[in-house]
Amino acid sequence: MRMGDFKQTYAADEAVFRSGTVRFWLVVLLLALAAFPFMVGPYLLYMANLTGVAIIAAVGLNILTGAAGQISLGHAAFVGIGAYTSAILTTKLGLPFLVCLPLSGLSAAFFGIIVGAPSMRMKGLYLCIATLAAQVIFDFIFVHWTSVTGGIRGINVPSAELFGYKLDTEFKMYFVTIPIMIAAITAARNLFRTRVGRAFIAIRDRDISAELMGINLFQYKLYAFAASSFYAGVAGCLQVYLLRIVTPEHFPLHESIRYLAMIIVGGLGSVLGSIFGAIFMTMVPEALQSGLAMFQGMDDKLMSYLFPLQTVVFGLLIVAFLVFEPHGLAEMWRRVKNYFRLWPFEH
Amino acid sequence: MDILLQLIVSGIAVGGVYALIALGFVLIYKATSIINFATGEFMMIGAYFFYTFMVMAGLPPIPSFLLVMLCSALLGLFVERAILRHMLGQPTISIVMVTIGLSSILMGLAEMIWSTDFKSFPALFPRAPVIIGDIIVRSNLFWGFVVAMLAVIVFALLFKYAKVGVAMRATAGDQMAAFSMGINVRSMFTVAWSMGAIAAALGGVIIGNIGGIQPTLGSIGLKIFPVVILGGLDSIAGAVVGGFIVGLVENIAGGYLDPYVGGGVKDLAPFVVLVLILFIKPYGLFGKQDIERL
Repeated sequence: MRMGDFKQTYAADEAVFRSGTVRFWLVVLLLALAAFPFMVGPYLLYMANLTGVAIIAAVGLNILTGAAGQISLGHAAFVGIGAYTSAILTTKLGLPFLVCLPLSGLSAAFFGIIVGAPSMRMKGLYLCIATLAAQVIFDFIFVHWTSVTGGIRGINVPSAELFGYKLDTEFKMYFVTIPIMIAAITAARNLFRTRVGRAFIAIRDRDISAELMGINLFQYKLYAFAASSFYAGVAGCLQVYLLRIVTPEHFPLHESIRYLAMIIVGGLGSVLGSIFGAIFMTMVPEALQSGLAMFQGMDDKLMSYLFPLQTVVFGLLIVAFLVFEPHGLAEMWRRVKNYFRLWPFEH
Repeated sequence: MDILLQLIVSGIAVGGVYALIALGFVLIYKATSIINFATGEFMMIGAYFFYTFMVMAGLPPIPSFLLVMLCSALLGLFVERAILRHMLGQPTISIVMVTIGLSSILMGLAEMIWSTDFKSFPALFPRAPVIIGDIIVRSNLFWGFVVAMLAVIVFALLFKYAKVGVAMRATAGDQMAAFSMGINVRSMFTVAWSMGAIAAALGGVIIGNIGGIQPTLGSIGLKIFPVVILGGLDSIAGAVVGGFIVGLVENIAGGYLDPYVGGGVKDLAPFVVLVLILFIKPYGLFGKQDIERL
């Protein structure tokens, strides 16, 4: 039984998976993910796909906000840019899915760099408001540049095709979404072990000290913006092929706030946290809905409270986590894990 | 030319209201360094309080107005004591998110209590439009502007001369020094939140009187960000100037550009100006640049 951290080599310290137990459970989890679509219906698969997309976007935001410490109120706009890029490339140029996917990421990253450019001169709250401005401006473009984005009616997109194989059901999309999600998570987990990832964390903790240590602040902040919007763009592309339509309604400011809520609830700066947060924030509205549906027979007006109630619960979750568990679900998970690892000898 | 004058006048009138709301925002930021994303929702709740007292309870306007101020002050006080007090010393992102969460809670509660239906106040001011020279101003807009300006002046005087105001400024300047001069710094936070909530609620009542109220009224609060950033987050004069600039810009841009792009310029223009200003002057027109030490 392992009782603490006893690492004797650098290799052990740097390892992604700290022990055989971790590796074992990871394999179990992957097998469960692979078996999942064969056991559930289309609705749960749809939820799983949406959650997968949310996880990719949340991991991306966590790179920018959690690791590099730059608050972004415009993440949904980047998801939107990715979504519109792939929708336009598919419908106007007829490019295949495999080409659209990286291109959506790249175009979002390009705009991410532009939006990140003000970080040369400002930081903190002022930068946060600048990203809010970006969200408002992109939202306006999505709605009003009718000739390209289709305005509020949006663009209908045919189902994706992979090596001549049509991905026209939730079941088939699952086998695209989830592997991409796993790749995205792995990449992010590894990013924090590289020079760039370490630089992000140094900037978050104290930007002036980081600069003194030879980190070019502007350059690395732009890297963070680019990486985070790349993730957002990929998530946007997948979302388009899941929903087969893209409209401005999918990317309002509220959606940006939802992504921020995910990483707050999950745990800032933690990849695991973004995963937990994305799952949690996607499932809670559904749970509320089915919870209210149970009482529907008693009072017809009850369902009219559903949306306000979701809004209130959403806000309460954010406030409660920040006040009572600022490190989020990831910290709770760690505590639970430690409890069982050391059980029954807690000290 | 007439159109331009007309747009300028209504821009100034709306700008005055923005200035009042922004003032509430800046009061809170100066005293507590908390950026309040729930300003718009404080506004919206203030307007609903007024609706409750005046329409549902049938009170006359002036007592309803005073009751709105009292209730908003209590709301601000409650929010500060119950939530924000726990967040002292937390990183920026936590504080930003907590006020965003708060705005979501307030909006949901408003929808539950008052429903999402559109509501409007009975006429508070004489119906006839006010005519200045050849320019016609809607009476609600004109009187709204007058009330907002009065409120701004009262707040500014309070802040400048009243004991509470001086204590608040001292707290904003240097918390340690204020503490050692016998100022109760914590109660200053509460006072700032109450005053901020009152200013926002007054703005909400005025805007509600102009265009009616709905739970989504709070989204106007987003426009407060261009206003306060333009002026600099911690400058009261900046809030007032920023309010007028944003009011003017959105009206003129909306009036001239809306026909070409199919509407919506009014909501966009302040943010475009905001981005431009941030590139030129990163701390706004009157903001104080932070000097950091390690």
